[in-house]
Amino acid sequence: MAADVHKKKGWEVPNGSLAPGDGQHAERAESPTPGLAQGTEPGAGQEGAMFVHTRSYEDLTSPEEGGAAARSPPEGPGEPPAPPQPSSMEQISKDFSELSTQLTGRALGEEGPLEAAPAAARRDSLLPAKEDEDVTMDAWRLRRKHVFVLSEAGKPVYSRYGSEEALSSTMGVMMALVAWSPLPGSPVVFVRRSPLVLVAVARTRQSEQEIAHELLYIYYQILSLLTWTQLNHIFQQKQNYDLRRLLAGSERITDNLLDLMAHDPSFLMGAVRCLPLAASVRDAVSTSLQQAKAKSLVFSILLSGNQLVSLVRKKDQFLHPIDLHLLFNLISSSSSFREGEAWTPICLPKFNSSGFFHAHISYLEQEMDLCLLLVSTDREDFFTVSDCKRRFQERLRRRGVQHALQDALRTPFYSVAQVGIPDLRHFIYKSKSSGLFTSPEIEAPYVREEEKERLLGLYQYLHSRAHNSSRPLKNIYFTGPRENLLAWVTSAFELYICYSPLGTKAGAISAVNKLMKWIRREEERLFILTPQTY
Amino acid sequence: MEQTATPNAVASTSLDRTHPTYTYKVVLLGNTSVGKSSLAYRYVKNDFKESLPTVGCSFFTQTLCLEATTIRLEIWDTAGQEKYHSVCHLYYRGAHAALLVYDITSKVSADRAKLWLQELEKEFFHDEIVIALVGNKADLAAEREVTTEEGEEFAQSKSLLYMETSAKSNYQVNELFTAVGRSVVVDECWAAPAQGGAAAGPSRGPAPQRPALAAGRTAPRA
Ligand SMILES: Nc1nc2c(ncn2[C@@H]2O[C@H](COP(=O)(O)OP(=O)(O)O)[C@@H](O)[C@H]2O)c(=O)[nH]1
Ligand SMILES: [Mg+2]
Repeated sequence: MAADVHKKKGWEVPNGSLAPGDGQHAERAESPTPGLAQGTEPGAGQEGAMFVHTRSYEDLTSPEEGGAAARSPPEGPGEPPAPPQPSSMEQISKDFSELSTQLTGRALGEEGPLEAAPAAARRDSLLPAKEDEDVTMDAWRLRRKHVFVLSEAGKPVYSRYGSEEALSSTMGVMMALVAWSPLPGSPVVFVRRSPLVLVAVARTRQSEQEIAHELLYIYYQILSLLTWTQLNHIFQQKQNYDLRRLLAGSERITDNLLDLMAHDPSFLMGAVRCLPLAASVRDAVSTSLQQAKAKSLVFSILLSGNQLVSLVRKKDQFLHPIDLHLLFNLISSSSSFREGEAWTPICLPKFNSSGFFHAHISYLEQEMDLCLLLVSTDREDFFTVSDCKRRFQERLRRRGVQHALQDALRTPFYSVAQVGIPDLRHFIYKSKSSGLFTSPEIEAPYVREEEKERLLGLYQYLHSRAHNSSRPLKNIYFTGPRENLLAWVTSAFELYICYSPLGTKAGAISAVNKLMKWIRREEERLFILTPQTY
Repeated sequence: MEQTATPNAVASTSLDRTHPTYTYKVVLLGNTSVGKSSLAYRYVKNDFKESLPTVGCSFFTQTLCLEATTIRLEIWDTAGQEKYHSVCHLYYRGAHAALLVYDITSKVSADRAKLWLQELEKEFFHDEIVIALVGNKADLAAEREVTTEEGEEFAQSKSLLYMETSAKSNYQVNELFTAVGRSVVVDECWAAPAQGGAAAGPSRGPAPQRPALAAGRTAPRA
């Protein structure tokens, strides 16, 4: 199988824990529990997709810039059908004992951010070196990332920290970089999207690839305000145009996006999280939304925090998760949407980077964290669209689901304790075919902000290892001083679990099995299985 | 009389007195951060927030009881950012009133308000729209750059309403909107005959009158 040759190529396994025969990715995906083939995994939509079909996060990179390389090797369409598989438990266990790559905290410089360095170094030295990666005493609280956007002519467009005034030239940016002195070895990542150049210098442990993805999000964020067409037009007219004039007042939206990406796994997963909601309630909400339609409406989206409650779309029109993330970001970046009704032009760059939609944004009720977003093609249609909102609310009332909805909003996150696996602390599960993921609330011991970020950092690290363009890993077993993690990436889903450092690998494997069953049982509540159209 | 001014407003005739009979569109114009959103927020919610960044346009409604009648104000607030101009400038089409807001601690913002006035003058005939010049942030008297007299004089020379306000300390905000509301009602009574035929668009229920959103007004009134 050609695909397998491709997969194996470049797999260096320092500790030799990876069995030679790695020819079972695709088959394995189908085997362990019923429905792990793409489209039948837990969380996969039952009646078609809601989003543009995205394989994963890599879709961020369009083909022209190494996107193809970043993509996981094709799961050869010509592959023979899977051979009969052993029972799920056995299979998972086999995968992880034979095929997993064992990583340790050491690889991550993961030795207690806020602890004294000597202690950390000591612990470090006790850990067998398994991966040849540079180790630094990087304090997690210094997880900071400088981001600059410049025009190709070198004019500053955006700077995350410090005023662009001071950075009024490429030279200024370089000076700032030097003054800030990134850690030795931290990459300076450039992404060029003519007419813009985006630069990041990070103290994070993210891979260059992931930082590049974040920069692309920033690029799309800028497009969402201007459209690609307008942006190009401007610079064709005047090469050294000062784009800050046009972007004035929206730096905050970009700031917010960068902060959000550091906290919310949605961006990392390239997927959307749903508000846990009883299927009957969600259906009633979706139907109400569906009925409150208007000719010019393309998408009706109800969201709570950064979780999706319901999405109704025009037939044949698919939203891209990235566009939805940009909408989430827009909404969370401005408290003013809570007041009145907003009507704003917005470009959804993955959908159509050359034109504006017009978004009607409002909260349903002041105290409720429930934001309605109606995306229209007609800028003159404010009153029609505003009326859709009124009709939607009326229908909700008539269906009597408001209370159930309110209840659900009171507990927007579920506890990992519900799964009933004692050592399990947290997990992220993504269904690839639906572009949706689920994840419990982050609980103790990840209470403080930097602890939460550290956990996300661990996921980021595993994610980058799993998606590394030259050495993608399918099964990763990570042991760190404070927790163990396990990552499992198949053609149908991605699963990352975090569990107690005392838990054994065997324990983790049985946890995966239980967890998958639990997700399957709860999938109606955790995902949107039947996406609606108008 | 007023019936002819807004023929689509029949829907409300059967309702009680406090139900607004007519709807008027009021737009807020002015430099970024002079306090447009804060004024709207103060007026509609009677509250103040330090940060209310506007994205695109915001739309509020508020019922205003005047002596003779109850009206509804549709208040439009924009981000006033350049990138939205192409799209949002049409938002003041069909407006019955415009509030040109500046910040009394910023001369620049007052000059900008004058530019907005020129822009409005291109869109509207003089008697088509009620314009109020608003010097906001009156609570920051110590940092004042624009005197009350300057504002007053300019307003007078252009026959604008004039008021200094503070969204923060709730100074004259209600008074401002009431004065504007009163003024549009008077204007409408005056101009009613010229308006009668224009509003033939489809009825939109509670917020009827919007012929101008699509068409703009063309004829000067009597
Ligand atoms: N001191 C003072 N500050 C105000 C007043 N009105 C608004 N602000 C502040 O000025 C800033 C800009 O206000 P905002 O309403 O967003 O202005 P807009 O851009 O014109 O909508 C905010 O920080 C407000 O808190 C006021 O009357 N007094
Ligand atoms: Mg504002």
